[in-house]
Amino acid sequence: MSTMTADPASVGSAPLRTVDPAAAVAGTRPRTTTTETVSQTLIMAWRALKKMRRNPEQFFDVTLQPLLFTAMFAYIFGGAISGNVHSYLPLLIPGIVAQTVLTTCMSTGVQLREDMEKGVFDRFKALPMARIAPLAGPMVADLVRYLIAAGLTFVMGVIIGYRPAGGVLGVLGAIVLAMFTGWALAWIFTFIGSIAKSARAVQGMSFLFLFPLTFLSNAFVRVTTLPGWLQAFVKVNPVSHLVSATRALANQGVVTSEAGWTLLAGLVVIAIFAPLSVRSYRRHM
Amino acid sequence: MTDTAAVDAAGLVKTFGRLRAVDGVDLHVRQGEIFGVLGPNGAGKTTALRMLATLLPIDAGQARVFGVDVNREPHRVRQLIGITGQYASVDEDLTATENLWMFGRLQGLRSADARAAAKRLLAQFDLEEAADKPIAQFSGGMRRRLDLAASLITRPPLIFLDEPTTGLDPRTRGQMWDTIRSPVTESCTVLLTTQYLDEADQLAGRIAVIDRGRKVAEGTPDELKASVGNSTLQVQLAEGADQELARQIVRRIAGAEPVLTPGSGRMNVPLDTADRAADVLIGFRQSGVAITSVSVAKPTLDDVFFAITGHGADTEDDPNPAGTGASEAGAGHETVLEVQ
Repeated sequence: MSTMTADPASVGSAPLRTVDPAAAVAGTRPRTTTTETVSQTLIMAWRALKKMRRNPEQFFDVTLQPLLFTAMFAYIFGGAISGNVHSYLPLLIPGIVAQTVLTTCMSTGVQLREDMEKGVFDRFKALPMARIAPLAGPMVADLVRYLIAAGLTFVMGVIIGYRPAGGVLGVLGAIVLAMFTGWALAWIFTFIGSIAKSARAVQGMSFLFLFPLTFLSNAFVRVTTLPGWLQAFVKVNPVSHLVSATRALANQGVVTSEAGWTLLAGLVVIAIFAPLSVRSYRRHM
Repeated sequence: MTDTAAVDAAGLVKTFGRLRAVDGVDLHVRQGEIFGVLGPNGAGKTTALRMLATLLPIDAGQARVFGVDVNREPHRVRQLIGITGQYASVDEDLTATENLWMFGRLQGLRSADARAAAKRLLAQFDLEEAADKPIAQFSGGMRRRLDLAASLITRPPLIFLDEPTTGLDPRTRGQMWDTIRSPVTESCTVLLTTQYLDEADQLAGRIAVIDRGRKVAEGTPDELKASVGNSTLQVQLAEGADQELARQIVRRIAGAEPVLTPGSGRMNVPLDTADRAADVLIGFRQSGVAITSVSVAKPTLDDVFFAITGHGADTEDDPNPAGTGASEAGAGHETVLEVQ
């Protein structure tokens, strides 16, 4: 082991414990390994979960919205769309699941933007860590939020009379599919979060995506009741596929090709927006 | 390898739009020293430091940290440095222990090792009592100490300190100085930026003075201070007093060239010792030069700037057309640039 000779210009007495720069340089690695990336992402997820637990008001949207919207939509539109509330529920509940999960995605982007403005992000950027970890970590933690949002919607549905014919497995399948789709679509909002100038701007830009995606879908109405040109968009909207797949799972307990399309759409979104987000985060240095 | 410079930067340039925030700065920091970058707000010192710390891309010029190219291998450089920012770069929502544990884990320490390192650092930085408190409840001084501790978890050979005491009260500032000088950083090379001459004097072995993106002087604190004397006599000449006569008296008695602000009749006289002030004042009275106020102070950054650049540290008029009004932004304009 080589020793560091005391520099004549150095201030103070002999070091207590020498940091040998030559050894330190020799020990550096050129890039992060996959194992490191995964472990760093999980640590960032741990951080996000700690923050969630200490700021429970973050859970307002994922708890109140499913409870409120489920009851509101059921009682207001039930009679008009399906003749009565009870027969509207199998149509409505999967729609609300998709809607709440999407709204939750939006706050992923907003919170990332707020987080990135804090001093601690300087330290993250200066650490030898994978650039994707600070983005993916909070998103992993957000799976908890999607779980709460989707789960509570079903619970609220059951309370007001929904009896999913797909059984427990069907409902669980629907929830898992919704969580995956939420996680995939969240990359869009993470990207917005990494390019926007402020958290408020993220919110504004996100609504531009959010409203067409949720309302121009089959989430709340039967597609056959829509004008032809609108049907064309509704049919390619990934949210429609999610809603159809969720309905089949929860109401019939079957996995349809719609589930496959949903997964594919999710993977396409990740493949496009994850690299874009990382690139934009890098550039923000 | 032992003679490799900790930092070797040549011709560093950073442009924001039309403003050259850092305009060709060379820095050479030797292993083991505490090196100070001194300059007023907006001089470009934080920008230069952020480039060296891989937080900003380098527009032109090149920089090496222990021989590793900053632009080409930022990931390697990040394994050799610790950075403590102007604004606390710790997580407000976590406790002190959790912060240190997290930063240790992110740098590859095992959970138990990260915990042990956190405990050791909290003891060294006198933060044990606050170990399990959220940072939001910390005082400014505690926050800075934790921030410094977070930079030292993996004992990197080079530490960047960006204005480590800006915004702290004098007592806490002294404590922070003690911490920086204490054995915890002794084996590291330290590069710090500051707006205070006394801070650079207290901490740094060598100082580079930065003004408007350029290095205007470099040397030991003693060399820098020698250029402005050990103390400064500030005299406000009465209206109608003979300014030329006053200047001659100063030259004769103090053996130094006074800095005269012509319009206001304010005169700054660099002195070797504060005792000479009395001689100058007696000289004024004997020759009938009237004054309205007088004070003797330690040289400030402003005096150093007068001496080196011929203008003040926060001068309003900008003789440099390339500055395009940048200096008017004065305090904080550097910060504004960085959010863009």
